Amino acid sequence: MAEPVLQLSDLRKNFGALKATDGVSLDLRQGEIHALIGPNGAGKSTLIHQICGSIRPDSGIIRFLGEDMAGLDMAARVRKGLGRSFQISSLAPEFSALRNVMLAVQARQGSSFRFLRPVASDGSLTGPAMAMLERVGLEARAKVPAAELSHGERRQLEIAIALALGPKAFLFDEPMAGLGPEGSKRLTGFLDGLRHEAPILLVEHDMDAVFALADRISVLVYGRIIATGTVAEIRSDPEVRRAYLGDAA
Amino acid sequence: MMALSRETLVSALLLVLLVAIPVAATMAGEPFYVTLATRIAILALAAVGLNIALGLGGLVSFGHAAFFGLGGYVAGIFATHAFNGEPLPFGIAATTSMPVIWLSAMALCGLVALPIGAISLRTSGVYFIMITLAFAQMIYYFAVSWPSYGGEDGLSIYVRNGFPGLNTAQPLPYFLLCLGVLMAGLVLFQLIKGSRFGTALEASRQNPTRLAAVGIAPFGIRLVAFAVSAMVTGLAGALFADLNRFVSPSMLSWHMSGELIVLIILGGKGRLFGPLAGAMVYVLFEYALGGITERWQFFLGLILLGVVLFARGGLLGLLAGKARHG
Repeated sequence: MAEPVLQLSDLRKNFGALKATDGVSLDLRQGEIHALIGPNGAGKSTLIHQICGSIRPDSGIIRFLGEDMAGLDMAARVRKGLGRSFQISSLAPEFSALRNVMLAVQARQGSSFRFLRPVASDGSLTGPAMAMLERVGLEARAKVPAAELSHGERRQLEIAIALALGPKAFLFDEPMAGLGPEGSKRLTGFLDGLRHEAPILLVEHDMDAVFALADRISVLVYGRIIATGTVAEIRSDPEVRRAYLGDAA
Repeated sequence: MMALSRETLVSALLLVLLVAIPVAATMAGEPFYVTLATRIAILALAAVGLNIALGLGGLVSFGHAAFFGLGGYVAGIFATHAFNGEPLPFGIAATTSMPVIWLSAMALCGLVALPIGAISLRTSGVYFIMITLAFAQMIYYFAVSWPSYGGEDGLSIYVRNGFPGLNTAQPLPYFLLCLGVLMAGLVLFQLIKGSRFGTALEASRQNPTRLAAVGIAPFGIRLVAFAVSAMVTGLAGALFADLNRFVSPSMLSWHMSGELIVLIILGGKGRLFGPLAGAMVYVLFEYALGGITERWQFFLGLILLGVVLFARGGLLGLLAGKARHG
């Protein structure tokens, strides 16, 4: 079998006596959506932060495309091809939707130390950025400052920015949060097709979306992965039902 | 025809005023007003420099007087050595040629700004303000305690440095020269603002996490912005020393750093013509009220208070409305 795109081995992180990440091993394979679920406080955010490079694990290894990511900061990991969206939309609020995506396009081109040429008339930035907005259905709102977009539109913009980076793996942190049933359904359809571009590690509370999308699911409880398996396996796992799913399954 | 925004109109008006007053004053035989306008142009240029770091990058440097003063000392030291016919340290030939002095001032300020920035930018918020202040104070006390260049008393420039093809000793040509440099500074600011670098820099102000999450480390962007900002302010310092034919540690003092920040807040931070609007109001207050009362800064304080409370976009924001980004 091919080497996994992203591989966590025995990752540990303590905050005082709290074992936020307690020996987590997990992998993300080419072409799949791997959902990470778990109750609030299970340590999902801490885990995401370690993968992205904003929290350093106490021990354990994170490999991305076979390379140890220790010592690389967030920006460096993104340049290696790890594209992410945030649990709470994180955008440049004064920039228009288009310019937010243009920032990602210029970052991908690796050329931010250019001081003179105006970006507004630079087709190599506006063209791909507009194409990404069209993919997420936000092209009509291209000129609107991010701060004036609705909550749902901001979520779409986050996805467009991640797409513009052309990453080798996506890390989506609750992309459905606050979208409402209609929005969730649309995004579910969109993510379904996206897995063929790059595999997705999906942290999500919306179980309908998770069950519809995931090739595999890992369940995190108190910093530990208590089960990993297909949707059917997870739904029938007694320990998972007790710890997390309850009536939902 | 393209509709002109109100901000463009207000900016053009400011520029016309800045040019018209000294020209009229020269014709009326009142060179004092030319000097006043030159002072406005130079302070505006210094603030344009700071505006790159503060306005675009959100980096509240409370130490930009360091660069303003260093630029001034470069002009003063070159002039003194040239006057005495002595070479500078490291065998650099002394000269009274402004282009050489300007380039030297900018190079020195860039070189000094890199280590200051590299250390200061590891912090943010109040700590950044305090560290930049601390560095500037170090340079201030160094100048005070260095007797070979006047120490506390400062350094006089007996003959204003020269520019090829211009009689810089005359007020109007020197004003026009400073105006030209200011215009170049404004063009540079506008180009940076619209460029890829400016996009990254403004993103680092609005949301550094977002910038990192597209793969651009904010630190490098901020460091370069800090250095470029210091170079422009240093250039203004060199012009200022030549305007007064005098440079002293007061150009390096924290009052000066504060003054530059006030100019930007007053005029409108991050706006192209904010520093010019700020400098005009500041110098006019200093002149008009300074003649009546020594406590003119009290009234300036009131205006500043009003701007901060009611017009966050500064005077330009008040006159021209909210800034829109593309």
